[in-house]
Amino acid sequence: MDTAITGTGPSPIAPPTGGRRFWVLSYLLKDRVGAAGLIIFSIFVFLAIFGPSLTQPAVRPDVTNIYGGPSRAHPLGTDYSGRDVLSQIVRGGRSIIVVGALAALMSTMIAVTFGSLAAYLGGWFDSLILTITDIVLTIPYIILLGVLAAYVQLNSPLLLAVIIAAVAWPTLLRAVRSQVLSLKEREYVEAARVLDMGTRHVLFREILPNMANYILINFVIAMTSAIYGQIILYFLGLVPLSGNNWGLMINLAYTRGALFFRDSLWYILSPIVAISLLQLSLVMISRSLEGIFNPRLREE
Amino acid sequence: MGSVASSRPRPRPRSRVIARLPRRQGTLWLLRRLAKAALTIFVVTSLTFFMVRLLPGDPVDVYVQTQIAQYGFTYDDAVAQASSLFAFNSDQPLLLQYVDYLSRLARGDLGQSILSSGVPVTEIIFQYLPWTLFSVGTGLLLAIVFGVLLGMLMAYRRGGVLDDALSALGSILYSIPNYLFAIMLIVFFGVRLDWLPITNMRGALSSGQDVEFSVAFVRDAFYHAALPILTYTLTGIGTWMLLMKSSTVAALDEDYVTAARARGIRPGRIAATYVGRNAILPLFTQMTIAIGFVVGGSFLVEPIFVYQGIGYILFTAIQRRDYPLMQGIFLMITVSVVVATLLADILYSRLDPRIRTSGGEG
Repeated sequence: MDTAITGTGPSPIAPPTGGRRFWVLSYLLKDRVGAAGLIIFSIFVFLAIFGPSLTQPAVRPDVTNIYGGPSRAHPLGTDYSGRDVLSQIVRGGRSIIVVGALAALMSTMIAVTFGSLAAYLGGWFDSLILTITDIVLTIPYIILLGVLAAYVQLNSPLLLAVIIAAVAWPTLLRAVRSQVLSLKEREYVEAARVLDMGTRHVLFREILPNMANYILINFVIAMTSAIYGQIILYFLGLVPLSGNNWGLMINLAYTRGALFFRDSLWYILSPIVAISLLQLSLVMISRSLEGIFNPRLREE
Repeated sequence: MGSVASSRPRPRPRSRVIARLPRRQGTLWLLRRLAKAALTIFVVTSLTFFMVRLLPGDPVDVYVQTQIAQYGFTYDDAVAQASSLFAFNSDQPLLLQYVDYLSRLARGDLGQSILSSGVPVTEIIFQYLPWTLFSVGTGLLLAIVFGVLLGMLMAYRRGGVLDDALSALGSILYSIPNYLFAIMLIVFFGVRLDWLPITNMRGALSSGQDVEFSVAFVRDAFYHAALPILTYTLTGIGTWMLLMKSSTVAALDEDYVTAARARGIRPGRIAATYVGRNAILPLFTQMTIAIGFVVGGSFLVEPIFVYQGIGYILFTAIQRRDYPLMQGIFLMITVSVVVATLLADILYSRLDPRIRTSGGEG
């Protein structure tokens, strides 16, 4: 029971020892949920990379076919100005996925670095980090994002990712910190400390490798959060409304009142379903990883 | 980043993130924890004060722009009207405004709304907050009750068809943000199928209906809150289902459950007292924290349904840059989040004596 409450402990599956570098992938593919999630996610990545060159861009408005239903020419119908929805969906995923992954990477790095240091060093440093974490966690982040967005040119995916990562790290930091706290008490860590191996060695050679699984799961979850964050920014119109993007599609559908046209169903539902499917694939991957790393959750 | 306005830490559907809590539950610990909570509230309130003023545009700006755009006023006319309407002086140095704000706050005065001139912020909050508490609270309660029951069911039927189906459902519901779900409800059932009279269901009450103790009032309140409640319930339930499943699976493995089975205790009793009570324990922290984020959760859903609660008011206040109103609502959110987190820490250690007795520092 104690492990279930306080943390995972080291993985029951041996960490990779050389050779099998893609062992996580092979485990994922053996699990039904994980395989399904991985396949859906791969399709999205494939579309993000090759989609734009496979379909016609939706540049030409066509006022005779506004909010058109699905047809041979427009399998997902048309938008408020008669443009093809499918090609917008195909193009709209790239920036979402890129920014999501970048932001997740950055927030995971912040959380792992400072979370593990805080737990390991303890004392005033720990208190300081925890206080800052609590404050950032409590700041009304919509306002913070609005302010940041107003003073930074948000056209670049990298900056957008930095801004999202800047508010996304606290939850993860707390999780990492508590995980390190429990690992700190393990025998092998104590042994390394007694041998006076130095903070860097103990953290990077003893503790963090044993948390790799945990960090991987949290990276996937951080990515879902970063994707939600982007969509909210677009929905509220806090970032420049240009380019092709699912969030932008929802914003335009909402602000142009497409909600109240009977025929706009396909246009509105398409980006929502795309986002939800992408999120679902990530949730499935993270849940499957959890099952792999924590065999108690597996079926018996 | 979960939903909005500081509703960030959406509880994760797993049991292991639950924070390790401080184990030395002495008076000193409590005092330090209280001091930290107060510090957090102070810092966040101050940051909010400056941040809302750093947002592009100010209330007069926004007002002037709408007057010009909607009623064809000239710029000078609009400015003249704005300055006569608003008791708002943005020329005062920012630091002075800040000191002024703090000293009023210390006396419990949240100031007056800029746009609804002369109406105290506290009055606006008290007017709209109950509707949000009612709708989000009902949704949260339903999500927790059904989520916990379904989660236990999933754990008992682990690996079966029912578990697979419910797990898939839980994951799907967990993946859809509540405001997108709200849009789907409107588009699908309100507009396309025309099953729901969405325009009639707007607002918190029908016009002409007074707040009173009567069947008509309760029915009307539920009628208007039905869609928000449905949204909160369905988008929230996935989290609790998945959390409860993990937690129950862990509890089912415990020796005391095996022992209880060996002693021939009825399965129903084991499920309720041995498994359920222990499995729900780790969820308490999440529940307390979720209560703190009630207001934040309504931020995007209420404007979409045009349900007039505090989330709707906050949305409008941000759009119109009504500084005092924004500050007041954010202060309320901050306090509820900080207090909920504090309560979660205390409650958790009280509920699980194992944490109190074991040593170590967390």
